[in-house]
Amino acid sequence: MTVAFFPLCKRNTHMTAPRLAPSVAGIYRFEKKGQVLRPLFSSGVSAGFPSPADDYVDRELDLNEYLITNPAATFFVRVAGDSMIGAGINHDDILIVDRSIAPVSGKIVIAIVDGELTVKRLVKTGDSCRLVAENPLYPSTDIEKEMELEVWGVVTCAIHRL
Amino acid sequence: MSKLFALVDCNNFYASCERLFNPQLIGRPVVVLSNNDGCIIARSNEAKALGISMGTPYFKCEERLKAQGVEVFSSNYALYGDISSRVMSLLRRLEPEVEVYSIDEAFLHLSAIAGTTLTDYGRELRQTLRRWTGIPVSIGIGSTKTLAKVAGHLAKKNEALQGVFDITTADVDAILSRVAVAEVWGIGRRLAQRLALCGVTTALDLKNCGDGWLRKNLSITGLRTVMELRGVSCLGLESCPVSRKSIASSKSFGYQVDSLAELNEALATYIEQAAVRLRDQNLLANSLEISLTTNRFSKTAAHYCGRKVITLSEATASTTVLIRHGLPALAGLYKPGLRYQKAGVVLFGLVPESFYQANLFRPRDHKGHALMVAVDSINGKWGRHTIQHAAAGFAKPWKNRQQQKSPAYTTSWQELPVVKASLPVLWP
Repeated sequence: MTVAFFPLCKRNTHMTAPRLAPSVAGIYRFEKKGQVLRPLFSSGVSAGFPSPADDYVDRELDLNEYLITNPAATFFVRVAGDSMIGAGINHDDILIVDRSIAPVSGKIVIAIVDGELTVKRLVKTGDSCRLVAENPLYPSTDIEKEMELEVWGVVTCAIHRL
Repeated sequence: MSKLFALVDCNNFYASCERLFNPQLIGRPVVVLSNNDGCIIARSNEAKALGISMGTPYFKCEERLKAQGVEVFSSNYALYGDISSRVMSLLRRLEPEVEVYSIDEAFLHLSAIAGTTLTDYGRELRQTLRRWTGIPVSIGIGSTKTLAKVAGHLAKKNEALQGVFDITTADVDAILSRVAVAEVWGIGRRLAQRLALCGVTTALDLKNCGDGWLRKNLSITGLRTVMELRGVSCLGLESCPVSRKSIASSKSFGYQVDSLAELNEALATYIEQAAVRLRDQNLLANSLEISLTTNRFSKTAAHYCGRKVITLSEATASTTVLIRHGLPALAGLYKPGLRYQKAGVVLFGLVPESFYQANLFRPRDHKGHALMVAVDSINGKWGRHTIQHAAAGFAKPWKNRQQQKSPAYTTSWQELPVVKASLPVLWP
C-alpha cells in the first residue's frame, strides 16, 4: 500500500488551528493508492464477547499441496491388477506419479515393458536391474542392462478408496 | 554480453502427447487429424518419412494410411492443452522471462552463465523438459527472435546437434545462405514470391539488400525482419497475452445437415461456446458474423458459402442476446434443398467489460448479466453443458466425428492412463 501526502490549501490549515501554525508544518490529505485485503472473520462483530477463535484464523488444508510437490511433472494413473498388493497398491487404485524424481533402487516405478505402462519396484544391483512384483504369485523380471529399461516415472502415493 | 533469445519448440507436439501415455506408438508413424477428422494437422517423424503431407484431407488418404500401418488419432485438445501448460509452467519456473508464442512454442531471454556455454545450458533445459513432461523439444538460440527461429529450425532438422543450436557460435551468413527466404519467420508465401522475382531467394540475399530498396519494397514488418536477420533485435518478448481481436467458433458437422432446425441447434451451441470464451476474458462483443457453408469437396453440388454480419445496438456478452440475433441471420442465409457441412460464428468488435457504452434508450440488462454469471459458475463446477440454452438442443446428432480420439488422460478421472500390475502376456 502506498500513501501519498499532499499539503492542503492554506484556507484549511488556517481553519484547523491558526495558533499552532509555527509547530505544525502542514496538514496532509490521505490519498488511497492501493488496497490490502483482510481475511473475513466468520463471527460477526458484537458488543459482547468476541469469538475466541478469531485470533486463530488459519488457511484451509489443501490435499494437492500435501500430495504433490511438482505439479508440472505429476500425473495420475489407474492400476489394473494385483501384483503390487504387498506394497499397498491394489487393483483400481489411483497412483500419483512424479516424473521429476530420480528412479533410484528401491523406488516403486512406472516402467515401459513391452510397450505397456507397468508398475513394479525397481531393484538395481551393480549393472543389472530387476523389476520386482510385490505379490508371491508373480515372478520378477530381470533387465539385462540398465539401458534397455525405460522408467516412465516414480510413484509417490497410492490413493485407495475404502 | 547482451541478452540472447531462445526459441523452445516442442517436436511433433500432438504426436508426442499421444505417445506419452501410449508407449506402443514409440517409433511408429502417427498422425493427428483436425476437428471433425477433416485433414492431417500433425505428423510424427516416421509419418513425415512416409511422405504424408500436412493438410491432406483424411478421406483422400484413409486407405493409404491403413496400408502403411499409420496410427491415426482425432485431435484431443484437452490432452494437448494440459501438456502444453505443463511445458510452459516448467519453462516459467526455470527462466524469468518467457513468452508463450503458441501451444507448442515459447521464446525465452537467456543470459550468459559463467562456466558453461548456452548450448550446454540448452541441452540441460531440454533434458529437464523431456524427463519431467515427457515432451521432446528443440531449442534455437540467437541474438534476435528471427535468428533464434532459424537456429531452432536447424536444431530440429540436424540430429547431430542433439536438439540445441546456438547460431551466435556459428558463421551466420553461411547458414543464412542455405535458408530459403520463404522459411524466414515473418516472410509470407506471397512476399517470398515477390522477392524471388527480384532475385532474392535466400535469407542471406534478403539480409544484404540495400536499405533504400528495402524501404521502398517492404512494409515495416518486413523491414523489422531484415533488421533482425542482421542481428538488430526489433521484436521483444511479449510477456502478457495480447487481447484478442475476435473469437470464433465454427465446426464441421458429423454428417451433411439439411434441416434448419438442426442448423439452429448447432449455431446456438457454437454461439454458446464463443460467448463462454468471451466472458472468460471479461470482454463484450459489438458484432457477430454468422457463416454457413456446404461441402467444398462435393462433386455433385455447387459450393455455397453464406455470411452475414450483425452489429448490435450495444455490446454484450450474453449468450441469450447473441443467440437471439444469430438465429434469424442464419434463417436468412439458409437455402432449402442444400446439404450443409459447416456453420460458425465470429464475435468481433471486442471491448473490455469496463468500456461498456450504455444505451441511451434502454437500461443495462443487469439481470441477464447475473444469469450468465450463474450459468458459468454452474458449468464450471459440474462440467460444460450442465446447463445450457434450450436452443442449443440436447441430442446434438449433427455433432462432429471424432472417431479415433485418445482418452483425456490428464483431465478426466474416468480416463486416466492404466498401468498394469499383472502378468504381461510376453513374459517368460
